[in-house]
Amino acid sequence: MDLLYPSVGLLFWMSVVFFIVFLILWKFGFPAIINMVNERKAFIDESLENAKKANEKLVNIKEESESILQEARAKQAEILREAAATRDAIVKDAKDKADAEGAKIIEEARAQIQKEKEAAVADIRKQVTQLSVEVAEKILRKELASDNKQMDLISRLLDEVTVSK
Amino acid sequence: MNCFRKLFLILTLVVFAPVLCNAQSEDKSFNASELVMEHIRDSHEWHITGEGENAIVIPLPVIVYTNAGFKAFLSSDFAEEKDGMKIASNGLALAEEGKYAGKVLEKSESGEYEPVKLDISITKTIAVMFVNAIILILCILLPARWYKNRKPSDEAPKGFVGFVEMLVMYVVDDIIKPSIGKGYEKYVPWLLTCFLFIFVCNIMGVVPFPPGGGNVTGNITFTFFLAFCTFVITQFSGNKHYWKDIFWPEVPVWLKCPIPLIPLIEFVGIFTKPFALMIRLFANMLAGHLIGLALTCIIFLMASKGIAMLTGMTILSVSLSVFMTCLEFMVCFIQAMVFTMLSAIFIGMARTEPAEE
Repeated sequence: MDLLYPSVGLLFWMSVVFFIVFLILWKFGFPAIINMVNERKAFIDESLENAKKANEKLVNIKEESESILQEARAKQAEILREAAATRDAIVKDAKDKADAEGAKIIEEARAQIQKEKEAAVADIRKQVTQLSVEVAEKILRKELASDNKQMDLISRLLDEVTVSK
Repeated sequence: MNCFRKLFLILTLVVFAPVLCNAQSEDKSFNASELVMEHIRDSHEWHITGEGENAIVIPLPVIVYTNAGFKAFLSSDFAEEKDGMKIASNGLALAEEGKYAGKVLEKSESGEYEPVKLDISITKTIAVMFVNAIILILCILLPARWYKNRKPSDEAPKGFVGFVEMLVMYVVDDIIKPSIGKGYEKYVPWLLTCFLFIFVCNIMGVVPFPPGGGNVTGNITFTFFLAFCTFVITQFSGNKHYWKDIFWPEVPVWLKCPIPLIPLIEFVGIFTKPFALMIRLFANMLAGHLIGLALTCIIFLMASKGIAMLTGMTILSVSLSVFMTCLEFMVCFIQAMVFTMLSAIFIGMARTEPAEE
């Protein structure tokens, strides 16, 4: 039956040992382990949070780059279109200018030709007049070689003047 | 007789059964209950193996307060045997039988041997407890040192440190925290120490060779001390609601006035809770030791019944012992857990706030 009676000596040593163990573990043992586990827990939570944020950031960056790319593409298309327009405008301009220049040159040439032609015609007319005067002089000289004939002519001319009066 | 010899004998008996069988039958009759009780009981020396002249015994210090003041000497001083007592050179005696069996006696003025006034000897149980305490401190402080030079961002511990961390965090997160609830932090060191101390003592009790094999948790003084501490902590944690529930519970008035029936029951309940704690751990661990020893004793009891019987029962006994030891390891953990959980629940119950209507 003495199994069921606590013994004083055992109780004494038990309390001594247990309190020493308790104090040592309380001061040096448990805090190290529990604090480390809690800190690790916090660290893991923080890491997860960071990873989540980084992921979100990554998605944002992706979207941003996508939009930048889109913009760049749009800009490129616009630039190309503008370039094409400019090219067309330049070509058209050049063409117009060339046309105008050509037309002017042709006009000038035509005017020149006209002038030349008129000059030539005037020249020809002068020569023809001279020639015809000379011919007429020669013919008159020949016709009026005799006095009679001169007289005839005078008279005819007089006649004509009178008759026509 | 000690567990070590028990184990050794089991093995040798299986091999040399016939030889030992003859030797055993010539010997004095085998007393199983004495063997078992010797293991369960506390003693002033640590008996490792051997019998009589060949016994290997570690003498332990005896510290007693006698009429002549404190006396301290080694238990090996109890050399001279006389009248069922061992008498030391300084006149003190260690009773081996009779109503004072196992106690240190001194000669009173009338010439009779009487128990000494105070016996705070380092008995076997206390010595085993010292060893267990050192093992426990090492098991916690070594892992704790591991953390010293590490940051939370470092890799989690592996191996033994990982195991200790897992055990500690299991007790904190799964036993203490849900049982006590808010403000559980200040009870963690105490309950954790309880758990680990009981656990280490239990496990060391199953180990059959020194420094294990001691019956520490199966000793009522040990469980009494722990239960008493829980009792004190619970009473000091009790809030207003707790005390009101004991002395003026919400029951019909005639149940508490003029005869305080329910308050009486509640008041007794304060003491029955830690009492249950004490008995539960004590009985469970004692039963574990008893079963283990009893199963081994089958072999020795069967020694005189012939070789065939002995061989058959040896095989049966060893297989049952293996099974029981496995079970015992489980019980070691479960009892430590149950003690801690119930302590935590008692403390938690004393701290609950009244439910909001």
